[in-house]
Amino acid sequence: MTAPAIELKGISKAFGPVQANKDIAIRVMPGTIHGIIGENGAGKSTLMSILYGFYKADAGEIFINGKKTEIPDSQAAIKAGIGMVFQHFKLVQNFTVLENVILGAEDGRMLKPSLAKARGVLKHLAKEYELNVDPDARIEDLSVGHQQRVEILKALYREADILILDEPTGVLTPAEADHLFRILEGLRAQGKTIILITHKLREIMEITDTVSVMRRGEMTATVKTAETTPEQLAELMVGRKVLLRVDKTPATPGRAVLEIDNLSLTDDAGVARLKGISLTVHAGEILGIAGVSGNGQSELLKVLGGYAPAATGSIKVNGTPIDLTGKNSDGQSRRARGIAHVPEDRQHEGLILQYSAWENTVFGYHRDPGWQNGILMDNAAIRTEAAAKMERYDVRPPNPNLAARNFSGGNQQKIVLAREIERDPDVLLIGQPTRGVDIGAIEFIHQQIVALRDSGKAILLVSVELDEIFSLSDRIAVMFDGQIMGERMPDDTDQTELGLLMAGVTEMPKDKPLIAAVDAQLEAKAEKAAQQNG
Amino acid sequence: MDRMPAWADAILVPLFSIVLAAILSAGVILAIGESPVEAFKLMVDGALMRSSGWGYTLYYATNFIFTGLAVSIAFHARMFNIGGEGQAMIGGLGVALVCLFIPWPHWSLALLGATVGAALFGAAWAYIPALLQAKRGSHIVITTIMFNFIAAAVLNYVLVNMLRPTGAMEPATARFPEATFLPTFQDMFATADNPLFRGAPANVTFFIALLACVAVWILIWRTRLGYEIRAFGHSETAARYAGISPVKITVVAMLISGGLAGMMALNTTMGEAERLVLNATEGAGFIGIAVALMGRSHPVGVLLAALLFGFLYQGGAELALWTNIPRELITVIQALVILFTGALDNMVRVPLEKLFLAIRRSPKSAG
Repeated sequence: MTAPAIELKGISKAFGPVQANKDIAIRVMPGTIHGIIGENGAGKSTLMSILYGFYKADAGEIFINGKKTEIPDSQAAIKAGIGMVFQHFKLVQNFTVLENVILGAEDGRMLKPSLAKARGVLKHLAKEYELNVDPDARIEDLSVGHQQRVEILKALYREADILILDEPTGVLTPAEADHLFRILEGLRAQGKTIILITHKLREIMEITDTVSVMRRGEMTATVKTAETTPEQLAELMVGRKVLLRVDKTPATPGRAVLEIDNLSLTDDAGVARLKGISLTVHAGEILGIAGVSGNGQSELLKVLGGYAPAATGSIKVNGTPIDLTGKNSDGQSRRARGIAHVPEDRQHEGLILQYSAWENTVFGYHRDPGWQNGILMDNAAIRTEAAAKMERYDVRPPNPNLAARNFSGGNQQKIVLAREIERDPDVLLIGQPTRGVDIGAIEFIHQQIVALRDSGKAILLVSVELDEIFSLSDRIAVMFDGQIMGERMPDDTDQTELGLLMAGVTEMPKDKPLIAAVDAQLEAKAEKAAQQNG
Repeated sequence: MDRMPAWADAILVPLFSIVLAAILSAGVILAIGESPVEAFKLMVDGALMRSSGWGYTLYYATNFIFTGLAVSIAFHARMFNIGGEGQAMIGGLGVALVCLFIPWPHWSLALLGATVGAALFGAAWAYIPALLQAKRGSHIVITTIMFNFIAAAVLNYVLVNMLRPTGAMEPATARFPEATFLPTFQDMFATADNPLFRGAPANVTFFIALLACVAVWILIWRTRLGYEIRAFGHSETAARYAGISPVKITVVAMLISGGLAGMMALNTTMGEAERLVLNATEGAGFIGIAVALMGRSHPVGVLLAALLFGFLYQGGAELALWTNIPRELITVIQALVILFTGALDNMVRVPLEKLFLAIRRSPKSAG
């Protein structure tokens, strides 16, 4: 039997009293794709950081190809043949692909020979693994999918045999993700070993050979992917049975509550972020906005939430227009108009992390007369109410005095949800409701959103998770480059069609394969951008 | 939780910092050939063992409370107001104008009027940098530093060309009318057979400073404005989301900060000098930064830190008086305290935190 490409024995790592990794053992066989799945904070990233030399394990041993190896820093990891593709790319934006690839791996003082060598290697890699990227393009002109390929190329250029990818599909369209998986399959065919870290069950099922599940710092199971089911994996991750599907009845949309007409927004740098958006959300309906992040969804939420610069067009709530000049409006006036907002970024917008939970339960509503006691704030009343809210929304631990940063992502989100939903708004804006939220809490949050819809509220949902869009939305609009590419009913469409819309492809290709069509469109866009910049 | 208890964070860390600063200072005193023990004795003796010493210590502390609170308020809104010095100078101008040109029947009314004058003038001086920061993004650190110099120049001009009594050689105003003289501690506490606080400058303003501590505490932790100031200080993006106007909070926080810094002039100008002189602030505006850092921007911490610095100031004066240790050495000691409590905070905190976590973990692993 061949030695495993990676074998970890008894790896433990503690940060203060938090045991991030506890006695982890794992064997990754060469030439396989090995998935590591677990909730946020389960210890996946810590484990990989140990393997890549960012952290030093408190205890345990690492074997690479059967040989005991010390990895004190990332240089050692690279030398041992390990390459890492981070979730947030580490590329120099205004360097070309070639320059990025050789960065840190130059052969000498002069760049020219290295660049020439890299050009040759890249050409070879592109042919072998379908890793096509223009070596002279600047990173800033490349699509996210192409940037990720550059990261992979960087690792391969350093002759990595073991490739670790940390949540690689978080920023990709479904088509780009498919392409990535094809690349990974190609790499596997060439004998490379791949570790894929993800929290998406679907990806695990689709591409991995073996999957290890982590929970609370421990490796709870390693199973053959072919012999398991998503339900079983979810249960292993959470530690109890989980409902993966959202239970919901068909919507009964009423009158139009939120009407957006020809909304456009140009940001401070003069870039058009929203280009003539028109949408209507009815009472008792969830309108899902699908799209790759960065295509204007955030700006749309900010305009609706009242904290974006001046926009043009019109937005009506219950038939009355709201102010878009950005001067006479702010988050306060929007709330007064019955718009509640669960922002995409709860850590930087929805919550003050240093504030206690009770202080956060009135954040944005802190000027309400109910919370005042003369010139002072009625902290006692707020605290009491906060405790009750936390109880109703199952926030754990149910301690209103604890600072928001000490709650897990899911419980933080419940605090925000409790605050916004309990105000009984007419419209709920909700961005990335379950980003960074553990599976157990996702179930609860989805139920709350559906319950709010059933009580006749209009809900605008923005999510980059297509699964979430499908399971919650009563109607789906797809955003690309600040525009609505189309609206679909969830029953009349599928991931492929939405994926193409998300990439800006409105005409279904007939003769060409899907991915090639997407690539062609993306390249055309990148070229246009390059011309504009040049 | 990966933190040490709050009490350790608030008390032990500054305490260790002071001890470290003291040890280093002792080394410096040794190096110039004096005995650190003697020096320390002398400082304690001069600053704390006699009521007149206390009278000076509390007088200095009063200044530092005001400027420390001023810096703290700005800190809560994540702004670094280095302009306390200038704001206090202009605040002094406010005090002088109120005292000189309004005929007050009684010192208590004069104190009220002067408080308003000091706060208004100090706030006005902070208003311009605040506005530049809020509307134009000019960094408040830079603008407030520059405004210190402008304040000094303005004060110089006003004193020399406008408020100087004819014939006087000194850039200072005329003496304030007697009705505006504030009762000193001597006036208040000394009796015929117990002459407390003799000749010491501490005066009724100290109690105004204590009231200011209470007021700031209420403002920051009990009012809506304080809630918004802290929210803005923690996260500007979140403040925007909540509909808290960054412009408004920046300006209001700086107005309050400038007002508090200006109120320091009550103590120096009205309470002690009884006229406005050129260098009334004596760097107290800058000491306020150290006080706020050390006091963790909390009024109670500010009060304690202000008392410590009051002690250092008075003790330092004693040293200069009785030993060969130059007065400048006390600036060195103060600088060391600032260095340890402000800049090298983590040097003390991190090891302490580790110690606490080790202590906390050991019973668990044992049991």
